Amino acid sequence: MNFFILSLIKAGIVAFVLMTTLAYLQWIERKVIAHIQLRVGPRRVGPHGLLQPLADVIKLLTKEDMIPSHVHTLFYLLAPFLAVMFALISIAVIPFGGKVNILGVETYMQLTDLNFGVLFILAMSGVGVYGVALAGWSSNNKYSLLGGLRSSAQMISYELPMALAIACPLLMVNSLSLREIVDAQGGFFLGVIPRWAVFQGPWPQLLGFLVFLIAAFAETNRVPFDLPEAENELVAGFHTEYSSMKFASFFMAEYANMVTVSCMATLLFLGGWQPLFPAEYGSKFIPTLLFAFSGAIAIYHGLNPARKWDNITLPAAGVAFLGVALIFLIPIVAEILLPLFWFAAKVGVILFLFIWIRGTLPRFRYDQLMRFAWTILFPVAMVNLLITAFLVAVTTK
Amino acid sequence: MPSSYIPIFIFLAVAILFPIVLIVVAKLVRPSAPFLTKLEAYECGIKAASNSRGRYTVRFYIIAILFVIFDVETIFLFPWAVRYKQLGWFGVSEVGVFLVFLVIGYLWAYKKGALEWI
Repeated sequence: MNFFILSLIKAGIVAFVLMTTLAYLQWIERKVIAHIQLRVGPRRVGPHGLLQPLADVIKLLTKEDMIPSHVHTLFYLLAPFLAVMFALISIAVIPFGGKVNILGVETYMQLTDLNFGVLFILAMSGVGVYGVALAGWSSNNKYSLLGGLRSSAQMISYELPMALAIACPLLMVNSLSLREIVDAQGGFFLGVIPRWAVFQGPWPQLLGFLVFLIAAFAETNRVPFDLPEAENELVAGFHTEYSSMKFASFFMAEYANMVTVSCMATLLFLGGWQPLFPAEYGSKFIPTLLFAFSGAIAIYHGLNPARKWDNITLPAAGVAFLGVALIFLIPIVAEILLPLFWFAAKVGVILFLFIWIRGTLPRFRYDQLMRFAWTILFPVAMVNLLITAFLVAVTTK
Repeated sequence: MPSSYIPIFIFLAVAILFPIVLIVVAKLVRPSAPFLTKLEAYECGIKAASNSRGRYTVRFYIIAILFVIFDVETIFLFPWAVRYKQLGWFGVSEVGVFLVFLVIGYLWAYKKGALEWI
């Protein structure tokens, strides 16, 4: 098939999946936070609040969109646009799986494999700072300015340990192409331990992964590093003066950055779409078991409903889960879906960690945040890089 | 291989069009009733005392300058990491020297208090 048409189709699919993920990530976050705090979360709009993202979009679209009289109009309008554009573009180089053959068309489950994929994502996250900094400056509001300054200082400070942590898997793999990085993490030690970067010798990258994850929280302005939008000091930080869809753009950018950074952690440290344990031990039945188990739980709770309508919605969800479990048993389809399942599972775990930590930890103070980046995280990342470099050099013939 | 760049541009078009379409659609359906007080800077209900583009702490500039130095260093490390196994011990020693200078600079900045926020 024509390369151009194929790329168009893939771009469409990726964009659709990404938008759906972003919309429902919001719903999942609200639900998880609610359950952590012993509430039920959104459940008015649609069954279990599943239509809540749609309602939110309608609400945000129909809100009055003010441009305050004192702003610098060009940069004020440009900022949310830049933020969301640079957040979305990074996903273009993320591979979701290996080579697949769908209806006779051989292709990779990735929009494009640039041979400098890692650098591309770092660059895009780097210029993403402009959205936040411009929003803070152009709003001409003290809270916005402080939020924008804090955010840009924090993002550039945490970019250093992040880049140093990323360099460690690169030392072992010697490639900047994300697909080659994942391919190098395939296989198993002693037949059971996966050769992911976090487990791979000569120096397992547990420390590097931890540094990357902490830096990722700061890069995406998430709790406990959400100083730019600290409600109790800065109202809403850099987006105080934004309303309607422009406000939503910043939120979308934040969630898109979260997804990208989780994908990066998965690809660089957790072996991308490589399974947790070998296929001989039945790793291909994991999705079936997981979905069947979820389906059984849903049906059980549907038969013992706790709330109104549960006796209808939960069995329906349970049957859907069982259907998905059966789909994973069809060999041809499973071959395509298994890598996607492992990739989505790992990304999902990291995204859940983001939400879990938001529900658990309080916020840092700003001086603590900066001191942590420069005097703890940066030296630790540097030492980790030196140890990795030395051990790789020793073990390479 | 320039053909692998085509999908990037396709997705760039998607990423540019998406916010534009959303903002244009929002413009068509939303109400608009601005008045003077509503358009003022938000400052917890009181009148804004001054323009906010005044001076702010010099710390942010120091952080920005330090960032430029150390970010260039990390960018140097990437090509080194990619060719690491071919360079062998030569690569280790060269970057070792480079990093020693860098660590001296870091320690100097630390001693001068550039990394302390207060």
